[in-house]
Amino acid sequence: MTAAALDQLSSGLSRSPGRLLPIDGREPTSWLAHLERYGPLPSLRGRERSLLAAVEQSGLAGRGGAGFPTAIKLRTVAAGRRPVVVANGTEGEPASAKDKALMLANPHLVLDGVVAAAAIVSARDAVVVVSREADACRAAIEAALDERPDERANIRVASAPERFVAGEESALVHWLNGHEAKPTFTPPRPFEKGVDGKPTLVQNVETLANLGLLARYGPDWFRSAGPPAEPGTVLVTVRGAVKQQRVVEVELGTTIRELARLCGGLRAPVRAVLVGGYFGSWVGPDLDLPLTQAALRPLGASLGARTIALLPADVCGIAETARVARYMAGESAGQCGPCVFGLPAVADALETIAFGLPGAAAALNRLPRLSAQIARRGACAHPDGTLRFVESALDVFADEIHLHVVGRCSAPHGEPLLPVHSSHEWK
Amino acid sequence: MSDHLRVNPILCDAYGHCAELLPELIELDEWGYPIVSDEAISPELEKDARRAVASCPRLALLIERHRAERAA
Amino acid sequence: MAVWYVMRASGAMTMVLLSAVFALGIATTNRRQLGRLPRFATLALHRNVSLLAVVFLTIHVATSLADPYAHVSAISVVVPFVGAGKPLWIGLGAVSLDLVAALIVTSLLRRHLSQRIWRGVHWLAYVSWPVALVHGLGIGSDTSTVWLRALSAGCVVLVGSAVVSRLRAVDGTGKRLERRTAVVPARSAAPTPRPRRLAEERAAA
Repeated sequence: MTAAALDQLSSGLSRSPGRLLPIDGREPTSWLAHLERYGPLPSLRGRERSLLAAVEQSGLAGRGGAGFPTAIKLRTVAAGRRPVVVANGTEGEPASAKDKALMLANPHLVLDGVVAAAAIVSARDAVVVVSREADACRAAIEAALDERPDERANIRVASAPERFVAGEESALVHWLNGHEAKPTFTPPRPFEKGVDGKPTLVQNVETLANLGLLARYGPDWFRSAGPPAEPGTVLVTVRGAVKQQRVVEVELGTTIRELARLCGGLRAPVRAVLVGGYFGSWVGPDLDLPLTQAALRPLGASLGARTIALLPADVCGIAETARVARYMAGESAGQCGPCVFGLPAVADALETIAFGLPGAAAALNRLPRLSAQIARRGACAHPDGTLRFVESALDVFADEIHLHVVGRCSAPHGEPLLPVHSSHEWK
Repeated sequence: MSDHLRVNPILCDAYGHCAELLPELIELDEWGYPIVSDEAISPELEKDARRAVASCPRLALLIERHRAERAA
Repeated sequence: MAVWYVMRASGAMTMVLLSAVFALGIATTNRRQLGRLPRFATLALHRNVSLLAVVFLTIHVATSLADPYAHVSAISVVVPFVGAGKPLWIGLGAVSLDLVAALIVTSLLRRHLSQRIWRGVHWLAYVSWPVALVHGLGIGSDTSTVWLRALSAGCVVLVGSAVVSRLRAVDGTGKRLERRTAVVPARSAAPTPRPRRLAEERAAA
């Protein structure tokens, strides 16, 4: 199928672009159906350099949360000796479901991306990593691989522990090397020295799926969706005050209102919106806020891995924040003092405020001092991401906090909204 | 070119020797872990800095050379 | 005859210094403050005293080789349990010497070794010290002298109390270590908290 035909099929059925996620109801899980929908993956032999140039032209950026330009990563790893490709489908963030949705609905496209990436960097081996709890994803990828005997030999699947930090680049590589899924001190970064000491490309599965499309249709087609500064389509997990919580595929610049519409509309008035998951930020209930980095930056927010949670008005934002903060404290790898001691102290303070306990005012005053001591003092972004999330809550829920400090709450009976895991494994 | 101190927070085990030897650039947080200044190590502190690095029981303190002053 | 006296005296001195090194090493791990000295001084003392011990150990080994009555051959100094003389006691001395040498060398080259190797060899200190003690007590033909026995007893008390404090510190200062490995497990599905006053107000309404 040509690019134009794909666009026509997608646009005819809904306003959602439908590049990564099928929207015509038929999920292309068999290879034949996949090839019918997208066309064959062109032979990449001899064309690696032009494909890399195409990636550069396309402006594809990492879809894992950091948004790092993919072409730069590919170029750096390609310069190394005997590199390895790692497809990161671990999705350690409990609120995010987009990678799982992608792997279930379109495993072949992810594998196309792995093949394309391996060709560009001249890697012989690749690993697709899923979370240990995501059996269905593993099964989907394995089944897809079974249909591709040529690639089966060089691509293996691994199931990593379900921890928040397990998907961090260096943690993932550390685990693949037989140790615990905990971040390591950098340098060296994985692109220099990763799996078995080799230069390693760690790429989110959504980014790779986009690579699989780029290899077929080229950078101009890729840029035909989305704003010029942030081209392409993205997968967004939408949770909370919508009728159907789901993963949708949209162009960046889409508003929150539009996202809600794609999810069957709102089921409750919105008190606040969490943008970017548990490393993200709370923002006010402005439904016409477009989702672009440019619009979010002045609010101190960032897209991250594009998990959007709409907080219904009958759920207490401070209680949710306290719960997630306690979860994040428990997800510390336990390696760096400021994180190990600081995050539980932050969680303690938040719980004191959330429960309206005596000492809530003092707890509130303690938080800035804790933040100052924790920020940028861990080996990975875990403490910083958590702090960003907490500080945004203090800002957006300032009124609510004043209520809590005197033992009241405007939404004491809401159901818990934001999910947490409870795994204790590190290996 | 300037030298800067850096802690490997994974190796660090809050012994606190570095803060004793180089209070001008290192202080301890409420849990005993070092807060290391971003500033370049001035020539008169160079010797104390090397002593602090040598005195860490975990070899967690490092001196890194930066090519140019990093933008804030 | 002077050589023999120097050999014995330097041996005793080495034993005392090794015991001090041991105790200072444990004091460092326990983050103990010695008097009003800053903590880095405990580690500095540990390192410097160990170098002093090496000096006396060198004198001890050199004089034992020079002493015509000691029957210590060069090879038996480093390879345990070979050669004539009193192979068992000299052999133990050789074992201890080898271990101390390993400790010193790995510590001097620490930056170039993996942390695991350095730590593994350092734990061998727990072997080298008692072996040195037994070597000292067993080798003398006159170990029944009071001063040597008293000195040995003193070393045992010093090291013994240090080891006891190390074992106990796994709960004391090791509280820090325990907290690091036993991070509070996440509470999954914790119920949304209900501040009391508002709920009561509603109930009253």
